[in-house]
Order: sequence, then C-alpha cells, then structure tokens
Amino acid sequence: MAEIRVNPTRMELKKLNTRYNTARRGHKLLKDKRDELMRRFLDVVREDKELRESVEARLAGVYGIFSAANAVSSPKMLTEALILPKREGKLSVDYKNVMSVTVPVFDLEILSEGGSDSYNYGLAFTSGGLDESLRELNSVLTDLVKLAELEKTAQLLAEEIERTRRRVNALEHIMMPQYLTAIKSIKMKLDENERGNITRLMKVKDMMLAQKLADGELYEDYTEEDRTEE
Amino acid sequence: MYKIAIIGDRDSVLGYMALGFSTYEASDAVEAGKILHKLAKDDSFAVIFLVENYAEQLTAETAKYKDDPLPAIVSIPGRAGSDGFGMNNIRSAVERAVGADILFKE
Repeated sequence: MAEIRVNPTRMELKKLNTRYNTARRGHKLLKDKRDELMRRFLDVVREDKELRESVEARLAGVYGIFSAANAVSSPKMLTEALILPKREGKLSVDYKNVMSVTVPVFDLEILSEGGSDSYNYGLAFTSGGLDESLRELNSVLTDLVKLAELEKTAQLLAEEIERTRRRVNALEHIMMPQYLTAIKSIKMKLDENERGNITRLMKVKDMMLAQKLADGELYEDYTEEDRTEE
Repeated sequence: MYKIAIIGDRDSVLGYMALGFSTYEASDAVEAGKILHKLAKDDSFAVIFLVENYAEQLTAETAKYKDDPLPAIVSIPGRAGSDGFGMNNIRSAVERAVGADILFKE
C-alpha cells in the first residue's frame, strides 16, 4: 500500500486529523446511502421480475392468437389492416429522484381518433382472432410501459450502487488506513523528537553542573533538596 | 411528449403497429443495431422495445445506453417466444449491484 509522505510537523498532523475525520464521516454517510439504495433496488427488482414474468406469459398468449389469425388471412391483407393506425401511443416522461439518482417515470397516453377501442380496419376481411389478439395486446400495453420504467430504474440504481460501493470500499480500505498510518508515523516522529530534546537538555544540565562543581562554585546554595526536585 | 418504438422482425412487430407504436422492421441483428442507434440518438423516443433474439446479439450496443435516464431499452419476447434473455438482464443488474445473484438462485 502506498503511503502518504508527509513532513512530521504538528501542522501536518492537524491537517491529517481533519482529513481523517472527514473521511470517516463520509464513509459512514456513503455506507448508509449504499444500504438504502440496496433496499430500494431490491424492491424494484422484485417487482420488475414479477411483472416481466406476467408480461412475458401474456405476450406469448397474444402471439399465439396472432399466429392463428395470421394463418387464416393473407399477409398482405394483414399488413393492410394494421399499417395505418388510428391511434398513437405517446409517453409523457417525468423524473423522480431516488437517493440522488434520476429515474424516469413514464405515463402512457393514447391519442386516438374515434373511440378508444375502435379498430383501424374494417371487420369484413379480417378474422376475429386479430381483434382478439389486438385487444389482448392493448391490455398488456400499460404493463409494458411500467416494465420499461422498472427496468430502467433497476439499471440506473444498479450503476449507482456499484459506484457507491466502490467509494465506500476505497475509503474504508485505502484512504482511512493511509491516513491512520501517516498520523501514527508523525506522532511517533514528534514523540521521538521530544524525547531527544529532553535527554539533550538533561545531558547539558549535567555537564554544566559538573563544570561548576569542578570549579568549586555553588557548594553553599546547591543542596541535596534542589537535586531531588529536578 | 415522447414516442415508443419497437424494433424486431416483421412478424413480431406487426401487432404493435396497430397500437400506435413506431415500429421498425429489421431483418437481422445488424440492421436492428443500426436502427437502434438512430433511434437512441433521436430524442423523441423514451422507450425502445427490442425483440429478444436481436437484443441478445446487441448487448454491447444496448450497454451504451444503460446508464442514461433515456431512452429505456427493454427487450421483450418476440414471435418465437421468450428465451429468458429479458430475465437475464434483471439478473445481471442484480449481480452488478449486489455482487452476487441473490434473486434467482435455486
């Protein structure tokens, strides 16, 4: 692990302490964010899964009826019947903020000429199966849009969770230990300097005392009492 | 107001035409990919449904739009029926987020 190289000064120590505290707070917040995102994500994904299962089953049914209808009428006629829709499916898109992730919310609007259940073809040349399959498909429509919304939400949340998890791990396993080792090394260096200083002072004092004793000074005012005080 | 698009083979797409989707027929995955890019760049589509058998071959293309809020590219089963690719997408999202597949394990 790469270590942070710093000057062993009190100034740096103070700075590092602040940074460490910030990192710790950020780590806690991000961890909470990750947990909450995960909870929401799992809700969305469960719903998504159920909806997809039902939509897929229903679509399979629609295709079945559609195939049958297709079989009894010519492809040309079928295209003719379907190619000019009377209606247009439009989506209005709103955005929702889920834990600072922007996710779309779709709202389906069907713009149609005539009644909402009107077919865009004459009934004379087409089979009843076609009507039926289109009615079925129409009923799956809202679920399809909902499915798109859920799936998009799940993808976006998944990305955000991945990113948040990476940041949490980076803080927890790299940044914070780095700060801690740097702080520790500065502290040790400072303590070492401090001890060096004290011994040096004591040594100097001893030397001065020895000098004075040798010169025969201070006998009267330097007593045993003073010595123990030191 | 946004439009809804569906890309797929002719048979799968036909029914959606009557529902008011913008339908795009593609005879193979390469063509579908081209249409997909064109539609994704065009800002008028919010949802693009992609028929599963093409979606399967276009995972790299769809991945590009995965992290943008729009458009939502969703694979739906086509005429041939579902081969579980759509479910696979959910599974991979779970794996991406959680790190393990906790939803589908059997």
